[in-house]
Amino acid sequence: MTKPPPLPGQAVDEAGPVFREPWEAQAFALAVELSQAGHFTWDEWASALATEIAAAQAAGDPDLGDTYYRHWLAALERLAAEKGLAAPCDMRARRDAWEAAYRATPHGQPVNLKENA
Amino acid sequence: MPGDHGHDHSDVPSDLALRVKALESLLVEKGLVDPAALDVLIDTYETKVGPRNGAKVVARAWSDPAYKARLLSQAGKAIAEFGFTGRQGEDMIAVENTDTTHNMVVCTLCSCYPWPVLGLPPVWYKAAPYRARAVRDPRGVLKDFGVTLPKSTEIRVWDSTAELRYLVLPQRPAGTDGLSEDELANLVTRDSMIGTGLAKTPGQGGAP
Repeated sequence: MTKPPPLPGQAVDEAGPVFREPWEAQAFALAVELSQAGHFTWDEWASALATEIAAAQAAGDPDLGDTYYRHWLAALERLAAEKGLAAPCDMRARRDAWEAAYRATPHGQPVNLKENA
Repeated sequence: MPGDHGHDHSDVPSDLALRVKALESLLVEKGLVDPAALDVLIDTYETKVGPRNGAKVVARAWSDPAYKARLLSQAGKAIAEFGFTGRQGEDMIAVENTDTTHNMVVCTLCSCYPWPVLGLPPVWYKAAPYRARAVRDPRGVLKDFGVTLPKSTEIRVWDSTAELRYLVLPQRPAGTDGLSEDELANLVTRDSMIGTGLAKTPGQGGAP
């Protein structure tokens, strides 16, 4: 597996990116995997992320590093929509379906989406 | 064994985590990403999330008796001194390994895990075989991890819950007098803080 080069602002140490929460690593892995599968190039990705961060800064985000993967996810959602990989309305509906599934599942049992969710 | 997680439904992830999950499940469904490849990637990086946090905590406890006392009495607060805190307010308990007691952590029901100090749980931690066997046959599990303890050592298995997570304080290895906290932290492995491994001795190679 080739490791993508770190991007500006990304928290890294000598062995690669570091994350504060599991979802950050998942969002990171999704971008890497989509890019390696050829759905977009890493350059395209870097530029989508930079645009997102610039927009957030312009909107008043002090950008102290703690919001980095929030922008990462927003860029990922936007690029997925632009590339026709996932539609925004599907993403919203699916997010709500997951939330409902978590609320309806007793703790400790695997959380699964209902049919047709 | 506390088996009761005390919740009537699962912990609902944050909005951001739900959005990632939504996108991931849509992309997997459409065959646009390979879930196995994603797992491999996350696995590659999971050790990068937090075990270094835990290692710093352990190294300080080894170096500073007052910190160790705070860690063992109020782990959550002691860990927060480093700025490592959970999002859901789960409580932490640190359990100390000694010559006579070895502690091991499991979540028999799901995969509750002290991720602010240890990062993402390794795949085996979430897998049914470990969850089932850790309680029934902890010595056998330890053997699989290459750890053999004297028969006289008592093994305690702690079952994590949504509200309560455990951090194992491994024994400080011999021959480490005079090492700095940073040097000590390099000896603390993720597995040693779950209790499925021991801290490395100086000069020993890298292990998870």
